[in-house]
Amino acid sequence: MLLITCPYCGPRPEIEFRCGGEAHIARPADAEALSDAAWADYLFYRTNPKGRHAERWIHQHGCQRWFNAVRDTASDAFVATYRMGEKRPPGTEGEP
Amino acid sequence: MSQPFRLAKGGRIDRSRPILMRFDDSEITAFAGDTAASALLANGIHLVGRSFKYHRPRGILAHGSEEPNALLDVDRGRGRREPNNRATVVEAFDGLVLHSQNRWPSLQRDIGAINDRVGSLVSAGFYYKTFMWPQMAWKHVYEPLIRRAAGLGAAPAVPDPDTYQHRHAHCDVLVVGAGPAGLAAAIAASEDARARVILCDEQAEPGGALLHDVTSEIDGVPAAVWLERALATLADRDNVTVLGRTTAFGYFNHNHIALAERLTDHLPSPTPGAPRERLWQVRAHRVVLASGAHERPLVFADNDRPGVMLAESLRVYVNRYAVAPGRRIVMVTTGASAYSAALDIAAAGLDVSIVDLRSDARCGPELAASRARGIPVETGHTVLAAMGRMRVTGLTIAPVGASGLPGPGREIACDCVGMSGGWTPSVHLFSQSRGALGYDPDADAFLPDRSRQPERSAGACRGTYDLSACLDDGAEAGAAAAGRTTSRRHTASATLVGFQPVRAMPRSGGVERAKAFVDFQNDVTAKDLKLAVREGFESIEHVKRYTTTGMATDQGKTSNMVALGLVAETLGRAVPAVGTTTFRLPYTPVTFGAFAGQNRGRLFDPERTTPVHDWAASAGAAFEDVGLWKRAWYFPRAGEDMHAAVARECRAVRSGVGIFDASTLGKIEVAGPDAAEFLNRIYTNSFSKLQHGRCRYGLMLKEDGYIFDDGVVARLAPDRFHLTTTTGGAPRVLAHMEDYLQTVWPDLQVFATSITEQWAVIAVQGPKARQSIAPLIEGIDLAEETLPHMALAEGRIAGIPCRLFRVSFTGEAGYEVNVPADYGRGVWEAIHASGKPFDITSYGTETMHVLRAEKGFIIVGQETDGTMTPDDMGLGGLVGRGKRDFVGKRSLARPDLIAAGRKQLVGLLTEKPREVLDEGAQIVTDTSLPVPMRMLGHVTSSYWSECLGRSIALAVVADGRQRRGQTLFVTTASGFAAAKVVDPVFIDPSGVRLHA
Repeated sequence: MLLITCPYCGPRPEIEFRCGGEAHIARPADAEALSDAAWADYLFYRTNPKGRHAERWIHQHGCQRWFNAVRDTASDAFVATYRMGEKRPPGTEGEP
Repeated sequence: MSQPFRLAKGGRIDRSRPILMRFDDSEITAFAGDTAASALLANGIHLVGRSFKYHRPRGILAHGSEEPNALLDVDRGRGRREPNNRATVVEAFDGLVLHSQNRWPSLQRDIGAINDRVGSLVSAGFYYKTFMWPQMAWKHVYEPLIRRAAGLGAAPAVPDPDTYQHRHAHCDVLVVGAGPAGLAAAIAASEDARARVILCDEQAEPGGALLHDVTSEIDGVPAAVWLERALATLADRDNVTVLGRTTAFGYFNHNHIALAERLTDHLPSPTPGAPRERLWQVRAHRVVLASGAHERPLVFADNDRPGVMLAESLRVYVNRYAVAPGRRIVMVTTGASAYSAALDIAAAGLDVSIVDLRSDARCGPELAASRARGIPVETGHTVLAAMGRMRVTGLTIAPVGASGLPGPGREIACDCVGMSGGWTPSVHLFSQSRGALGYDPDADAFLPDRSRQPERSAGACRGTYDLSACLDDGAEAGAAAAGRTTSRRHTASATLVGFQPVRAMPRSGGVERAKAFVDFQNDVTAKDLKLAVREGFESIEHVKRYTTTGMATDQGKTSNMVALGLVAETLGRAVPAVGTTTFRLPYTPVTFGAFAGQNRGRLFDPERTTPVHDWAASAGAAFEDVGLWKRAWYFPRAGEDMHAAVARECRAVRSGVGIFDASTLGKIEVAGPDAAEFLNRIYTNSFSKLQHGRCRYGLMLKEDGYIFDDGVVARLAPDRFHLTTTTGGAPRVLAHMEDYLQTVWPDLQVFATSITEQWAVIAVQGPKARQSIAPLIEGIDLAEETLPHMALAEGRIAGIPCRLFRVSFTGEAGYEVNVPADYGRGVWEAIHASGKPFDITSYGTETMHVLRAEKGFIIVGQETDGTMTPDDMGLGGLVGRGKRDFVGKRSLARPDLIAAGRKQLVGLLTEKPREVLDEGAQIVTDTSLPVPMRMLGHVTSSYWSECLGRSIALAVVADGRQRRGQTLFVTTASGFAAAKVVDPVFIDPSGVRLHA
């Protein structure tokens, strides 16, 4: 059971949250201009790294707010959690 | 004579409390404090079971939870009977009833022993090469035979009558294991009274190895005294919780550890209602693992005979339980710890000798100490085989020369053997924590190398076997866990340590045919491991699965390293190159009850009921589960089956008036200055021009273009909408909306609020619907001009504020009356009374489904499956054509979504009108085609239509709309049914009845 630090509520058990997949993927503003391949890329392709992964979480059974997190997919360690709309904190990129 | 093998003095058993137990047909006397194993051994009983595959006679191998052989069926009375309990863990009490397993007709004469004779036919992996031919034999011969022969123990036949508790706890330091290292750690960690410390141990008494150490001194006092004082210290501290009979069985993320505490299994008469076990979920700031180590057996022919045990276990039975495991004991060893056991056994007055594979030069001080005590020691000797069958009667030993090959063998008589092949640190929990192990060649073991979580190991579980070193290690770990850098030191008697690793005892060629066991519980021999390597399995994970070594309930505690070493030796590789298999929870078996806790029976899932539920129940409704909701399914009158009830309900709605509880429908209120703009973006159709007081059906897609949900959107005000979703979809739709509002369009000023439970919804449908509710309505003009189909108004019904929707899911004119939930039942009853002159009829979900199907209304999740587009459902007209962006718009232009051949919604009318198709049935064009046929689609909904006097069905069929008029074939249980493709609206296609 992961212990996740909600930026609003503090550390809470995983069972209160839901993961929303990779973070920082902006919904394309002008979708009509995208080719089918580019649109499919937005819909279906994700980075899937072994290591640090920026992802979205929602504190479903708490404040019900979406936020971002950087989690190491190999060790499940949470490197950072930060609010929706904020940028990925420096130093949380790539290999640990 | 009772307890002929009980020693006159010593032990921690309570001689003042004798007890009486049963084992198979015998009565056994023992003492309080015995385990089932020590009680059996005290009575000279070694034969306790038959092995899993070969049905070989087996005895007790060990003394603790690592026991692989002695699995007994335990009957605690009062309907509590459980198989596969380790006799070494079961605490004996007066009245305990034990049965041996896996034998027929008796333990002494077991017909299964024939497997032992045909051993070469049933070696490792035999089932991958057999039972293949003839194929027909599988169903009637092989499977029934295998089911009867396989498995171990008899499953309980009655539901578990006990209760189990769950508890969550937080602490600063969790210490796993209360042996010397764990006790020292707990004492150190809890010195600061603010540090909350939990210490758990799987045994009934804390103390670990100290419980059978009668010779060592710690800090100037005997070990037993040190133990007593340590426990008193911990008991005195308010910040310490000591949990006995508690196994830490799972190590999860972020220092989340699960413990199973056994509360009543050791009591002859537990308080009725007392929980049997308690499952703890502990979140610890820091963890200290002091889980000890397991002794390794030695691999030689017939090393599994009853009476052949582990050396340290003999020491435990003698010192802790005052039991003589035999009268003539031989220790077979490659290390020093067996000598400690031999010295204690000799001190207890028993005849013991030692056979050591090591030469004199390779031995330590243990050699001189034993010889000085008069214990015969034969160094440089191997064991070729054990003799005896139902009980060991002797060993064949032989000298091993410089070449490594054994010389001529000779027999020595004995009735008990203690094997010691070295020690394996128990790293299960460390590995579960995802820590990385490293192979230490000096210890010949995998030790904790790199922690991944805030945890550290101390004592024997990290390869430290000297007593004072264990104590110091534990104290340091405990202090560090509590944030301190200094810790106290201990003095203790020296421990005899060190061993020479050997994979299999040297033997001469002639003994190849006999079985030398590695994994006792799954009957895996050294030959099996070599066979696996010969057949090309090189990865230890493959070898494990092919031979099943390490896969039994003991998880290879005594066999993993032995197997690993043998495989490495056979492959000619170093042990670390072969690696270990993955350690998984639970460390030892945990009852289903412990995991279930209170979540069983009525408490397994919450039950959601509507305000009208009790009225429906009194009216005799049958209910169906829709998610967690209980919904009235149909209302049978006297003598009616479901078919008759539904037929009557359908007729009543279309000819008079029906009343239906739609309260489970999802409802969301969307409010704010940008509410309309938001709805425009989230539905396929636009709502900007929807007038105040009007409703519109809306279709919601996911970004991939597929239908996600549908519902009716009603506008209450310029900035306020009340929309509905499917019953199951409400939380999903709200989550979908919140996702977009928070993460894609945070600039929109919109609030979305779930109001599903706040409003009761009563559907009143049929030609007499208006007349039925009119007398109750205040403040709303029900005339067709003022409240037409797809409109809403606010007013009162039976004096209660209501939102009155003029909507229909049945195709008849009608309403959905929304009132605050608390008034739901009262308003339902008022409408019932008011509709009585029109013979108002309650109808349930089955009728609702039939009526909407007659009108071709889809149900998301029934006609759709997450891969249907609006056009597939014939709803292409709801998709906005302009520039307005909405969720899913871009995807609707994806090639796959506009391709020909997509499955489209159609109606099906069977050639035989009384034939009702099966939902899910597949559809083909030609029944004479060879199998596998190309399937065009499937039946999504199928009913008997009372109003049409024949069956109807909805289906999705490739290019369905082009196939109108064609006859297709639908699978049935006995073949195919012919059906004509028609428009999916079966009644009133122009919709005149809506405006009645």
